[in-house]
Amino acid sequence: MATKSLKARNNDIANTSRQMEILSSGIFANGELPTFAAKIKETNQFPLRPKKLEILQINLGYMCNQVCEHCHVDAGPDRKEIMTIETMQQCLEIIKKTEAHTLDLTGGAPEMNPNFRWFVEEAAKAGIKDFIVRSNLTIIRANKKYYDLPEFFKKHNVHVVSSMPHWTRGKTDKQRGDGVFDKSIKALQELNAVGYGMPGSNLKLDLVYNPSGAFLPGDQMALENDFKKALKADFDIDFHSLFAITNLPISRFLDYLIASDNYEDYMHSLLDAYNPAAVENVMCTNTISISWDGWLYDCDFNQMLNLKVASKVKHVSDYNEELLQNRNIIINQHCYGCTAGAGSSCQGVVA
Amino acid sequence: MSKTYYDASDLRKFGKITEWSEELGNKFFDYYGKVFEEGALTAREKSLIALAVAHTEQCPYCIDAYTKDGLQRGITKPEMMEAIHVGAAIKSGATLVHGVQMMNKVNKLEM
Repeated sequence: MATKSLKARNNDIANTSRQMEILSSGIFANGELPTFAAKIKETNQFPLRPKKLEILQINLGYMCNQVCEHCHVDAGPDRKEIMTIETMQQCLEIIKKTEAHTLDLTGGAPEMNPNFRWFVEEAAKAGIKDFIVRSNLTIIRANKKYYDLPEFFKKHNVHVVSSMPHWTRGKTDKQRGDGVFDKSIKALQELNAVGYGMPGSNLKLDLVYNPSGAFLPGDQMALENDFKKALKADFDIDFHSLFAITNLPISRFLDYLIASDNYEDYMHSLLDAYNPAAVENVMCTNTISISWDGWLYDCDFNQMLNLKVASKVKHVSDYNEELLQNRNIIINQHCYGCTAGAGSSCQGVVA
Repeated sequence: MSKTYYDASDLRKFGKITEWSEELGNKFFDYYGKVFEEGALTAREKSLIALAVAHTEQCPYCIDAYTKDGLQRGITKPEMMEAIHVGAAIKSGATLVHGVQMMNKVNKLEM
């Protein structure tokens, strides 16, 4: 299991233009498979345009205590990109003006940003009602200074969304690192202890499942039932919903697909499962993604491919929501990951 | 003709069998789809049965398809292997139970 990011390993794939090249050549250049643009033209869904802005997703930095095999952020302990307090202040200005009702904090491990708590408190003052923190769970057990995170989340009624690839130790540790399963279980129990995820509780605790390999997620409801049954029976853990998310062919997962000779079959699987109804509700139509250094993107995946929004407004420093919303969304072949089957987004299925 | 009898990419072309006999092909795929829907058995249970039968039928396409299907459903490695043992046990049982026929014949022929 790797303990360093692709970037720290100087891997070819860490270069975003190399990723774009891979996604535009081979099976998509020789006509074996249609490009995403050609595909959505078939149903008159091109160009893809934003709808009402609902979610601001802010990436507080790429630093993480884990180095997951599939990570599209290529996050890890060696990543030093962290949002500064100045950029946070610019984000707060946006939060005061935006129509978006939800603030979705991600990373890396967002909690590792030294100003994470300050930012949540200020954003609450600025009027945000719905907070989502994408927590990897193990961070809660990583260091004493994080032990009280469940209490902090509770105080601000933060909606906790946590990754959990499987209800068995083996599958979880293979994807996320040795010991991750046990720590995650402990963290979930602690969240339950303060009221998170309990039946009827307002403290929302949802889990994210993404496949640990070159296959698509199964039915979200069936997986949720299996997770619930197993986590309850084995560890007395409760949670609310399970979001089944498809792995997009970028960054570390793309590197894995190519190294394991699964890339072409995986792209075929995404195409075979292509669902035009999912295109209608892809998350880039109601979300703006902001990077640690304040740039604006259609989604977190475009952020990782360095595809900034196609708008005059490209940075939080000159944010103008009206101008920004009048743009075409940038698409490429990785977008097939969000339109397979029942679709995939940071909130799970979309169709 | 390809140089091998089996080509993994042929699985993706399975649907093309309707091109040379549309009505029968469509009826088959409708039936097939219906069989695997959630019913008195769960789709998950059916996937495991399909995996076991794929092995007893020794169909490489089916093995590919139902291994992947199992992974997508979160079916674990021990579950998959146990399912195959069920198939193998029936196969070997089917062979061995014919031993009784052999014994009957011997008993009839021998003085």
